[in-house]
Amino acid sequence: MDQRVGTGSGVTQDAAARAEELARDAYGRLLAILAARDGDIESAEDCLAEAFAQALRTWPETGVPNSPEAWLLTVARNRGHDLRRSAAHRLNEPFENLEQTGALSVVPELDPDAIPDRRLALLFVCAHPAIDPAARTPLMLQAVLGFEADQIGRAFAIPATAMAQRLVRAKRRIRDAKIPFVVPDRDQMPARLTPVLEAIYGAYAIDFPLVAGTVPRDSLAGEAHYLATMLAELLPEEAEALGLAALISLSLARHPARGTVDEFVPLDEQDPSLWSPELIASGEQYLRRARDLDRMGRFQIEAAIQSVHCARATSGETDWRALLTLHTALLSLAPTLGVRVAHAAAVGRVEGPDAGLEALDAIGDESAPRFQPAWATRAHLLAAAGRAGEAALAYERAISLTTNGAVRRYLERRCAGLVGETRPNAASPITCPGGRLPS
Amino acid sequence: MRYALLIHYPQPAVSTLSEDEIKAGMAAFHAYAKALEEAGVLRSAEVLQTIAKATSVSLKQGKLQVQDGPFADTKEAFAGIFMLDVPDLDAALAWAEKCPAAHWGTVEIRPSAVRFVDGAWTSGSEPVRA
Repeated sequence: MDQRVGTGSGVTQDAAARAEELARDAYGRLLAILAARDGDIESAEDCLAEAFAQALRTWPETGVPNSPEAWLLTVARNRGHDLRRSAAHRLNEPFENLEQTGALSVVPELDPDAIPDRRLALLFVCAHPAIDPAARTPLMLQAVLGFEADQIGRAFAIPATAMAQRLVRAKRRIRDAKIPFVVPDRDQMPARLTPVLEAIYGAYAIDFPLVAGTVPRDSLAGEAHYLATMLAELLPEEAEALGLAALISLSLARHPARGTVDEFVPLDEQDPSLWSPELIASGEQYLRRARDLDRMGRFQIEAAIQSVHCARATSGETDWRALLTLHTALLSLAPTLGVRVAHAAAVGRVEGPDAGLEALDAIGDESAPRFQPAWATRAHLLAAAGRAGEAALAYERAISLTTNGAVRRYLERRCAGLVGETRPNAASPITCPGGRLPS
Repeated sequence: MRYALLIHYPQPAVSTLSEDEIKAGMAAFHAYAKALEEAGVLRSAEVLQTIAKATSVSLKQGKLQVQDGPFADTKEAFAGIFMLDVPDLDAALAWAEKCPAAHWGTVEIRPSAVRFVDGAWTSGSEPVRA
């Protein structure tokens, strides 16, 4: 890509556009290298920000270098050395430490392929057990994708100051506790991978209550997809990493059919022609690769559930028996309230609404009475069983617990259509914010 | 059943906030109030100025005391109220956890005891849903 031709604002725009493109694609790669040196993410961020600022100043004049990533890395490193050198002067420390790193040498143009990818280590740092779980997802978005605290705050509907504090606290903890920038070895991998997967999934299915009436930034799902596919590429031998990439790809494939802010379209009623065949194909590929590794896990089962739903695009039907088998398997691995309710809905589909209601009654979780999906599922099952009166009460209860307008209107429609309704297969899981059921 | 969502957060919050942050907070409160209104559960909403603007009056000590400031100096101060009419506590909880202020303070849920309507005190638990 030659951006050196031309003069004036065209070049400025090209340089600016190129810097922005790089900021998206290379940010995490560069930050991972810079921060790995001494574990100081904050200072690495500052140096990288200055490198990008310098690129915006000089590239319009000089043209975009052949290896922009190497250019940025060199400038950021030099900036880091300047900072450390002045600190060293103040502390009257010898220079040997700086020489030893070899980074004092200014390399004007490097082969970009020679820049090692240390993002994997960075992901493990962000989701380290010593980091507050609530900070892990935001930290990944910032360190790997270069998001500003206020952008992340907006995406999670948390005030920018609160989000910034949370991020700074996490970064200082990484530096001060000397959390190593390494990829865990084989023994530690299973235990250490799970929080990484969960943090990435957390960007997809935000699992805390958002402000009612607000919508999480849609493109955060795109970022989760980016992180999940990146992790799968960096860890091609980890079945669950592939499983997560499959899960997010297959779920994201159905986004265009899920309705709008004003209208909720449940999975059953979605038009499969709106689903993305590309994302389904790539999700299926990840799932196949995961299966070949023959190590089952929660994300693979959830991906397989999505895969069965997506198969309706070609077969025209939903294989509820296969879904029940998968939900039962998921129940044994991750018996969360959401998983148990979804399992009861699947039982209702295959074995009839009475069996579904029985499964729902057997949950016995103390927070079930406040769990909106449990009431929505109960209402659907009662309606399917022809018990319209009880179904209406369950709908009323579900509606009172629903803060999302689109979902509430959907439930009100279903409730209004109850009179004399005896459809045998009307049970289906309902999603709601915080419900964590597949939509 | 009427419930008050009482919002408490650290003071003085506003003076330390940037204009963008205040705007973002107002947008969040607006979205929240619209969602409550659309669900038909909102009876009233009011966000108060900071405790720096408070004046307190008391006759407890036998004579009129007018104090410049809040009646109690606490880390988190009362900042606003949303009156809801919902079937039960679980529904009130569902709304409270979606309140923007829950992210930077505390939302206290208090059931109404009595309220004054049309010249008489009425039980707060009487359903008044349209």
